[in-house]
Amino acid sequence: MFAKTGSYAFRASIVLILIYVLAGIFVGPTAGIVGAISRQLLPVWLALVVTFAVSVVFKRKLGLYGKLFDSTVGMIGFALVMFWVFTGIFGGVFDVLVTHDSLSQVSGMKNKLPGTPLARADATDYPWFLLGGDNLARDVFSRLIKGSWVVIQIAPMATIFAFMVGITLGLPAGYYGGKLDVFLSFLANLILAFPVILIFYLLVTPEIVLTGLPSYMAIVLFIFPLVFVAVLLNSRYYTQPSVRTPVLIAVLGLFGWLYLSMISNDGALVKTSTYDIPGLPAFLDLFDIGPGLLVVFVAVVFVNAPTVFRIVRGLALDIKTRDYVAAAQTRGEGPWYIMLWEILPNARGPLIVDFCLRIGYTTILLGTLGFFGLGLESESPDWGTTINAGRRLLSLYPHAAIVPALALLSLVLGLNLLADGLREESLRD
Amino acid sequence: MGVFILRRLGVILLTAFCLTFIVFWLTNLYPNLEKLAKTQGNFRMSDEAVASYLGNRGYLEPTPLKFGQWLGVVPGWVTETQDGKVFGRCFQDGTPVAERPKFCGILQGDWGYSTVFKEDVGPTVIKRLGLTGKLMFFVLLLMVPSALIVGVLAGMREGTRLDRSLSTFSIATTATPEYVSGVIFIAVLASSKFGLSPLLAEWGWIDSKTLFLGSATSAMKDATFWNFFLPVLTISLYGMGYIARMTRASMTEVMTAQYIRTARLKGVKFSNIVMKHALRNALIAPFTVIMLQIPWLLNGVVIVETLFNYKGFGWLLVQAASNNDIELLLAVSVVSVVVVLATQLISDIGYVLLNPRIRIT
Repeated sequence: MFAKTGSYAFRASIVLILIYVLAGIFVGPTAGIVGAISRQLLPVWLALVVTFAVSVVFKRKLGLYGKLFDSTVGMIGFALVMFWVFTGIFGGVFDVLVTHDSLSQVSGMKNKLPGTPLARADATDYPWFLLGGDNLARDVFSRLIKGSWVVIQIAPMATIFAFMVGITLGLPAGYYGGKLDVFLSFLANLILAFPVILIFYLLVTPEIVLTGLPSYMAIVLFIFPLVFVAVLLNSRYYTQPSVRTPVLIAVLGLFGWLYLSMISNDGALVKTSTYDIPGLPAFLDLFDIGPGLLVVFVAVVFVNAPTVFRIVRGLALDIKTRDYVAAAQTRGEGPWYIMLWEILPNARGPLIVDFCLRIGYTTILLGTLGFFGLGLESESPDWGTTINAGRRLLSLYPHAAIVPALALLSLVLGLNLLADGLREESLRD
Repeated sequence: MGVFILRRLGVILLTAFCLTFIVFWLTNLYPNLEKLAKTQGNFRMSDEAVASYLGNRGYLEPTPLKFGQWLGVVPGWVTETQDGKVFGRCFQDGTPVAERPKFCGILQGDWGYSTVFKEDVGPTVIKRLGLTGKLMFFVLLLMVPSALIVGVLAGMREGTRLDRSLSTFSIATTATPEYVSGVIFIAVLASSKFGLSPLLAEWGWIDSKTLFLGSATSAMKDATFWNFFLPVLTISLYGMGYIARMTRASMTEVMTAQYIRTARLKGVKFSNIVMKHALRNALIAPFTVIMLQIPWLLNGVVIVETLFNYKGFGWLLVQAASNNDIELLLAVSVVSVVVVLATQLISDIGYVLLNPRIRIT
């Protein structure tokens, strides 16, 4: 009886949320703040509906991803995550969802409550501050959306890099064991014994950026994807040199270019007050990451990599005793082939689940950095910095801090639910 | 067992040594020293003035030498200025020659001098640790029992609605970092203009203006439920979900064991099965998780102490790090590293003691 009411209540609340969203789209601003926001986010709703429709129709052909749509928890998580991904992409790349400039200050809008009409609005301006104004009279709604793009960009990339480092070092540590394992495990434990906040306070400061240390760390940490791909392809195709050589040259050329563009800034790999190490010239440089962003990125990868290393090492220790590994060894396969093409694919289930969880954790870490005002500049719209700026007036004007806090909560919750759904579905086979 | 503990202690000492050296090296990089000189002297110092300030105070010696001085295995620096003043790491100007100690480092029990607080590092750290200890005590008091209860209730009947809702609750808490839950709690429970407090005050249910106090500064002297509950709750909530999930996993595993089935078939009451047969075995895994969670709480402590303005150990870390107070920061990192490693050791030993099937050779 209780179970049934619970189930109905759950469905009813989901239906209610959908009604709110739908009604908002059609009624628009006359339905209040919710309606206006709902209409403003129309592209996101459309993208979500299309994604879900396509995925549900073809779910039997999509492997683990398709199976996700059998689990309610997984679907809710996926919806939350994709909501922020689409919001980030539409708002950050196409600039469509934002109502005002996220940096400009509008006079008379300081600390105004959500839904306040714009003072002295032109005909071209959006007539409201949907979620109010912050203590510098900027639009909280637009900053929220711009901030989601910062998170959506950095968190998954940093997690991928951490995984590359962890996998490339963890597999040999688990597979070979011995001195290598002892040494690498000691290093990993060394980093893990640091309180995360202490690492951040030591690494992510303008003074450390001046010494060029983050650039050196970037040079070391970012080379791991390159090494990983090279070893992956080489161990697979080294028996067929006619395939391997061109493939390796093409792939390594591309990855090498990306690597060099990533680590060089203004034509220099490392730039300090006393010396420069020249890097890729500016006309070949695909993109520049500012020194502030680079140090944040490096710090987050540095903190995450040892944990991934430990997980991969544990999985490798477990899987290397299986029969198919023994079979491959008898066949005469090389150690790297066994690690990357026998052990790694069989460890993918736990790794995918951990990947989702770790993106969430990275989001939390980015928020922590912002909360302590480290790394990103103080006007950056990312959620942690916004929470930090809003918390000073928290008991008088809570909206400026609550909005990004709830956003961060929902994204991390979505990633956790997604991981939970994936775990459930991958255990089912 | 004795050999195992000794070996672990050796590793701990080695790790602590490496970590303190890394912290020492990072804080002694020149831009950091320059910032220190400018905050201690004045911000418009010329480069030469900075160099002479640092040189006079022994900051420009090679890093390994300075590290040795800090440890107390290398004689401390001594400077003689042009106007005849003699002072050093271990003594001030005017100390008679006979009373000048040569070594003063942590081996001699001297943790140095804090440039921010203008007092000795040792007593400062101990005072702040005491305050954080009080916070941690209440956090553990709230977190551990509630996490275990949630985990056991969820795990005892796997797949039921109770399990699902409790599991979702634990996922939600692990997805809420302290700076998010703290902000929400303050806005909802501790604001005199928004949230619950104005409503409750209007109905006359609470005497004060707010339900809880949004700042824990007054809790440093005397902690009450009113001014101390929110920071404690904020830290506990984030750590709780993980412990609850581990307890649930271990409980579900135990509940499928043969001896539980036997007990059920014998007709033992379900409550007796849970309390007498399952619980003991199910609590072995959470014990290690709780111990390993303590270093994680340290992060939460730093965030919450900043947010609620409670001047404990985490607040000290922030002050030391943002002002590059080298010796204070070193002491803080030694303490936190020792906490991390000691809890790891305790969790290993406890695991062996609790689980007789495991033997260490």
